[in-house]
Amino acid sequence: MKRYLLLALSFTLMVVSLYFVFVWVPTERMMGIVQRIFYLMVPTGWLTLLSFLIVFIGSILYLVKREEKWDILAYCSGEIGLVFTTLALITGSIWAKPIWGVWWDWGTPRLTSTLVLWFIYLAYFLVRSFASEPSRGARFAAVVGIVGFVDIPIVILSTTLWQGMHPPPLIFQEAGLDPRMMLTLQVSLIAYTVLFVILLIARVLLKNSEVDIRYLKEG
Amino acid sequence: MSFWRKVFAITWKDVLAEMRTKEIISAVLVFTLLVIVIFNFAFGTSPDVVKLVASGMLWVTFAFSGVLSLNRAFVMEKEEGCFEGLMVAPVSREIIYTGKMLGSLLFLLIIEAIALPIFAFLFNLGVFSWQLIVIVFLTTVGFVGVGTLFSALAVNTKAREMVLPILFFPIVIPIIIGAVKASESALSGGSWGDISSWLGITGAFDVIFLVVSYLIFAFVIEE
Repeated sequence: MKRYLLLALSFTLMVVSLYFVFVWVPTERMMGIVQRIFYLMVPTGWLTLLSFLIVFIGSILYLVKREEKWDILAYCSGEIGLVFTTLALITGSIWAKPIWGVWWDWGTPRLTSTLVLWFIYLAYFLVRSFASEPSRGARFAAVVGIVGFVDIPIVILSTTLWQGMHPPPLIFQEAGLDPRMMLTLQVSLIAYTVLFVILLIARVLLKNSEVDIRYLKEG
Repeated sequence: MSFWRKVFAITWKDVLAEMRTKEIISAVLVFTLLVIVIFNFAFGTSPDVVKLVASGMLWVTFAFSGVLSLNRAFVMEKEEGCFEGLMVAPVSREIIYTGKMLGSLLFLLIIEAIALPIFAFLFNLGVFSWQLIVIVFLTTVGFVGVGTLFSALAVNTKAREMVLPILFFPIVIPIIIGAVKASESALSGGSWGDISSWLGITGAFDVIFLVVSYLIFAFVIEE
C-alpha cells in the first residue's frame, strides 16, 4: 500500500516537474532553450552522489555487522547509481556541445570527476564478478565502495585545481537565478529523488527474491 | 614485541626475499626503461616536445611501474603458501598491512631513484630539485598506501593481474594529476609556492588513504 502511495507521489511530482521544465519556466537569456537540460543534469548529478553515499554506508554496515541485507542495499544502490552516473555523463555532454562547442570538455571539473566516479562504480561491480564466491565478492566490493567514496572529495578538488580555478560558486547561491528557475530545479530534484527511492525499494525486493531462490536451489 | 618491531620483521622478510630473488626490482626496472624508450619514439625528442610532455611521461611510467611492482607484492606470498604463515603468525592484520606497505614503498622508491637519473640523462632534463624529490616521495606513498590494500584484494580474485589496475587507477587519479602538474612546475624551475597546493592535496590523500587502508585491510585478507 505504502509503495503505491509513493508511486502516486512520484508520478505527480514527475508530471509537475515536466510541466515546469517544458512549459512554465522562462527560457534562459544567454544559453536559450538548451539550458533546460540543466533541470535533468543537476538531479542526475545529485543522485550520483546520493547513491554512492548509500553504497558507502551499506558497505561499512556490511563489513561491521556481516548481515547480507546491507550488502544487498549497497549493491542495489550502486546499480541504480551507475545508471544515473551514465545519465549525468550523457546529459553533461549534450549540454556541453551547444555551450562550449565540444561534446567533451576536459576543462569541466564536474564532468571529469563524474567520469572518474563512473570508473570507480565499474570497479565496484567488476571486483564482485571476479571473486570466486559471492560472499568474498561482497566483502571486496564493500572495500571498494568505502575507498571509492572517500576518494570523491579529493577527485573533485584536484580536477577543479587542475583546471586552474577555484571551485565555482554553487548554482544555488547565484543571485541571478530566477525564482521560477529555482523552484523548477527544486521540484525536479525532489521528483528524481523520490524516483530513486522507488527504484531502490523495487530493486532491493527483487534482489531479496533472487537471494531466496539461490538458497532454495542450493538447498 | 612492539608494533614497529613486528612491522619491520615483515618488511625485512620482504627485503630478504627480494635480495635473493631480485624479482621485483630487476623486472620492474627493465620495464620502466622500456616504457621510457617507447615514449621517446612516440613523442620524439625535440626539446620543445620534451618540455611539454616530460612530466606526463614520467608519471605514466611511474604509475605503470607502480602497478606492476604492487601486483607482485602478494603473488609470492600466495604461490609459496606464505600467506597462511602470515595469517597464523601472532600479529594483527594491521601490522601485516604496514609491513607489506613499507616493503613495497622501499622497492618502488629504489626503482624510481634509479629510473629518474636515467630519464634525465636520456631526455636531457635537470631533474635534481628538492621539489621533484618531495613530489615523487609523496606520490609514491599514496600509490603504495592504496596499492597494498588493493594488491591483497586482487591476489584473491580469479583474474589477479587484471584486477589491480582497474581498481588502482581510478582511485589514484587525483594524485597523478597533482604529480604531473607539480612536476611540470618543478622541471621548469618553479618555486615551492607554485606547487604547495598540489603537495597539500597529495599529502592529504596519503594520510587519508593510509588510515583508511590500515583500518579496512583486515577485511580483505580474512579467510
